[in-house]
Amino acid sequence: MSRADVCVVACAEAFRGDGEILAAGIGGAVTVLAARLARLTFEPDLLTHDGVCLLTGDVPALGEAPQVVEGWLPFREHLWLVLNGRRHVMLGASQIDRHGNTNISCVGDWARPKAQLLGVRGAPGNTRCDPTSYWIPKHSARVFVPEVDMVSGLGTDRGAYELRRVVTNLAVLDFGGPGGAMRLVSVHPGVSVADVVAATGFELAGAGDDVPRTREPTEEELRVLDRLDPGRLREREVAG
Amino acid sequence: MTAEQVAASVESGMAVGIGGWGSRRKPMTLVRALLRSPVRDLTLISYGGPDVGMLCAAGKVRRVVAPFVTLDSIALEPHFRRARQTGAIEFTEYDEGMFMFGLLAGAHRLPFLPTRAGLGSDVMRVNPELRTVRSPYGDGEELVAVPALTPDVALVHVNRADARGNAQYLGPDPYFDDLYAKAAGRCYVSCERLVDPADLLKEGPVQSLLISRSMVAGVVEAPGGAGFTSCEPDYGRDEAEQRRYVETPWEDFREQG
Repeated sequence: MSRADVCVVACAEAFRGDGEILAAGIGGAVTVLAARLARLTFEPDLLTHDGVCLLTGDVPALGEAPQVVEGWLPFREHLWLVLNGRRHVMLGASQIDRHGNTNISCVGDWARPKAQLLGVRGAPGNTRCDPTSYWIPKHSARVFVPEVDMVSGLGTDRGAYELRRVVTNLAVLDFGGPGGAMRLVSVHPGVSVADVVAATGFELAGAGDDVPRTREPTEEELRVLDRLDPGRLREREVAG
Repeated sequence: MTAEQVAASVESGMAVGIGGWGSRRKPMTLVRALLRSPVRDLTLISYGGPDVGMLCAAGKVRRVVAPFVTLDSIALEPHFRRARQTGAIEFTEYDEGMFMFGLLAGAHRLPFLPTRAGLGSDVMRVNPELRTVRSPYGDGEELVAVPALTPDVALVHVNRADARGNAQYLGPDPYFDDLYAKAAGRCYVSCERLVDPADLLKEGPVQSLLISRSMVAGVVEAPGGAGFTSCEPDYGRDEAEQRRYVETPWEDFREQG
């Protein structure tokens, strides 16, 4: 069992209870594996896609084409689905604050940024209309900031529909703190609460002495992960 | 038509809608013709990729209207970044869904369409011209009134077309090319291969006929015309060429063609 395995399972847990909605992982291996793992284990009604525009009837390994296609999901259907709400997406963030406002647009003053990033993409609509979670592979004070430079995804103080959880390479967090503030839910095996606090640029609720450990993957989950990701691409995404 | 004729019809200061998405099925032959033309001060309306990057690098752009600019397999577009970071361009930054509603409003000749996407985010802060509307029904909900996107000219690239402009996509995703065609004052289509109208249904079902000739002002046959972006199923993205584009100084890349 590696740290990446723990992270994938912690991300998969975000989809628990979601039922028959699209579980969408954006980018990299970890979030995509999380959605597929949840579907293959405790959340069998989830819809998952191939990363392009097919809803897959089966659950293929990373990079492999599905044998069964159960639906079509071009970008226009994704954007419809965002407004409809039957979608839970796991996004990334270059900056996140204590209410879960996130930034993927630019660093610095928007009018003339120090670093132009992607643009807001679909984050405003996603966070307003759908349950949203975040996967942040490198938990640091550069990412966990007091104030984000450009609010792309809404926080709990700006009308987010539901921010389910934030999973990082160190910990699991949610927004159950006072006034919808970020709260430490669990630390991954081998990580201390002090590590998480040091890597967070704002006051973190729940960072006391009795923080649970993130659960370890079951043997079944590890077997499924090895089938879905035999090349262990997930390891490359998780900072040590 | 030729790509040069299309480019010559675009005037400085116009708004140009560009089909595709990121680094997928972009009308690059038409974009490259614009690069060679004297046109400038364009407003680009695009789910942006190297189309936006190249036109920014060549100094053709006054404003970009987009929810993102990306090369997909390479997340950040280097020339768009530079243009933003040096203050060379203005930027209207929308949410992806807002952008689609802008195109839908334009296509339906409506002044705006309401949506929730964008509310609460800094999209409202950086676009102070955006207005909200209140639902006239019992819910009274406040929504963003996304103004219609109405390009003067739209440029799209498809797999097949006939000479009169019936345009067909054979890949898995139409993107929003039909909406650009319907929202724009006039639309030019480039295609991998011109075919006889009688042959259009030989390669795809009737649903693959994405754009009607009534929406199209001219057709350019341009094999490879989306390269280095993808044009499934005719070809995938040329990742090596895209990397070269990112790694080569713009003037050198442009000279090397």
